[in-house]
This record gives sequence, C-alpha cells and structure tokens, in this order.
Amino acid sequence: MEHTSLAHHLILAGLLFALGLTGVLVRRNLLVVYMCLELMLAAATLALVAFSRFNRTMDGAVLVFFVITVAAAEVAVGLALIVALFRKRGSVQSDALTTLRD
Amino acid sequence: MPDGLFLFFAALTLGAACMLVASRNAVTSAMGMILALVGVAADFFLLDAYFLGVLQVLVYAGAVMVLFLFIIMLLNTDDPEGAYPWKAAALGLAVFFLLGAGVLWLFHWSGAVANMPAGATPPELSTNPALFTTSAKSFGRLLYTKYLLPLEIAGFLLLVALVGVVSLSKDSTEENA
Repeated sequence: MEHTSLAHHLILAGLLFALGLTGVLVRRNLLVVYMCLELMLAAATLALVAFSRFNRTMDGAVLVFFVITVAAAEVAVGLALIVALFRKRGSVQSDALTTLRD
Repeated sequence: MPDGLFLFFAALTLGAACMLVASRNAVTSAMGMILALVGVAADFFLLDAYFLGVLQVLVYAGAVMVLFLFIIMLLNTDDPEGAYPWKAAALGLAVFFLLGAGVLWLFHWSGAVANMPAGATPPELSTNPALFTTSAKSFGRLLYTKYLLPLEIAGFLLLVALVGVVSLSKDSTEENA
C-alpha cells in the first residue's frame, strides 16, 4: 500500500475512462452505451478519491458522494427513457433509430 | 512498483471493463460492469475511503446494476446476429490505444504527477475531522455544514427523478392501451 503512488491510481482511472469512452463511441446497443457512461463516471470518482486521499482533504470524497447520488438519479431516468423508446420503436440499437435522418 | 493487492484489483477492473465493452451479449456486459464496479470499490478501500467503498457496492453493484439487468432481461436486447463488426472493433482499439497512450504520458512520462508535493506516498491518516479520515462521521459533518445546500439540491434532484420516471412510464402505457 505504501508503494502505490498517486500516479498509479490516476493511470487506472484514466484507462478505465478510456475504455468507457471507447464503448460509448463503438457500441450500438443503447443499454451497453449507458453502462459505458456509468463506467466513465466511476473512473472519474476513482480519480477524485485518489486526489482527496493524497491531499488529505475530505472535499473530493464528499463530491464522490454527490456523483453517486446524481448517477443513481440519472440511471433511473435514462432507463425509463430507454424502455419508453423500446415500446415505441421496438429496438434499442442506436443504428435502428434513424427517423430524423430519413 | 505498486503493491500486489492494487495490481490484482486494477487488472480485475480493467479486464472486467474490457468484457463490458467487447461482449456482444448484453447480460455478459452487465456482469463485466458489476465486476468493474466491485474493482473500483476495492480501490476505494485501498485508498482508505471505506464509507465510499461500501456505498459504491450498495448503490452501484446493488441497486443500479440490478435495475440494468432487469431492463436487459425485460427488453431482450441482444445485438443482431451476423458477421463480427471488425470495423467497429478496429476503431475501438485505435481510440483506446490513443487515449491510453495519452493517459500514460500525462500521468507517468510527463512527470507532472510525480513532481506533486504529495504524489509519492499517501500521507498518514489523522483523526482530525478537518482532514481526510476514514470515519463516516467526517462525511456527515461536512454534508451538514459546508455542503448543506448541495445536499438539499441532491435530495431535490432525487425527487425530480422519481416524479420524472413515474410520469415517463405512465405516458407510454397509456399510449399502448
């Protein structure tokens, strides 16, 4: 534990964020895209906790508390939207939703 | 070199995140997401943020992912069968390696983090509530003094989300009936 530096935690958070962003860009299934968004949020909270711990302040950790709250609210509303979309269009693949383009 | 426990959980988190991004089955993706979130929670524990680690497991791996799995199984949303999307996979790999190289440069090779005053080793824990402590009590103290207004706003946001979800699901059922 005493040999794990701030940079190690930040690299883990950055790579996790990169994976999440990759998923958002590449995947077509809206539910998986949504999970990748959550992954990016989790990566950001990881960086916040690491900075908070290494700078000996509680503020970053409290911000993570709020991020988790907002993420929970966001998941509830987003999943309700996806279910409403599925009922209307019968699909959650983003390349099947082309009404505005056609 | 970081210690073994951190390396183990970092590998678990990144491997599970790869499973989330690469799997064509939505349920497998959700399982990868749960594993990745548990890995993040373990890293919170390694950073002495025990309260946040427990909260992460309860809220994310518990409530949020159960909701995701429920919706996935309700909607039956597997990707359409067919040829493996090599083009998307190549694009994803390119994006990931570009971003990963940027992350490694920013946090490792550029030396910016290593030159920070507190970057090398975490400072020892104190029981002073003004500093970083492991107890949930210091969360409560900050939430009800310095961050009272954000706490109220967060509560209101949850109420708005509740009302919004109810009205969203009500509208679509009426249209179907």
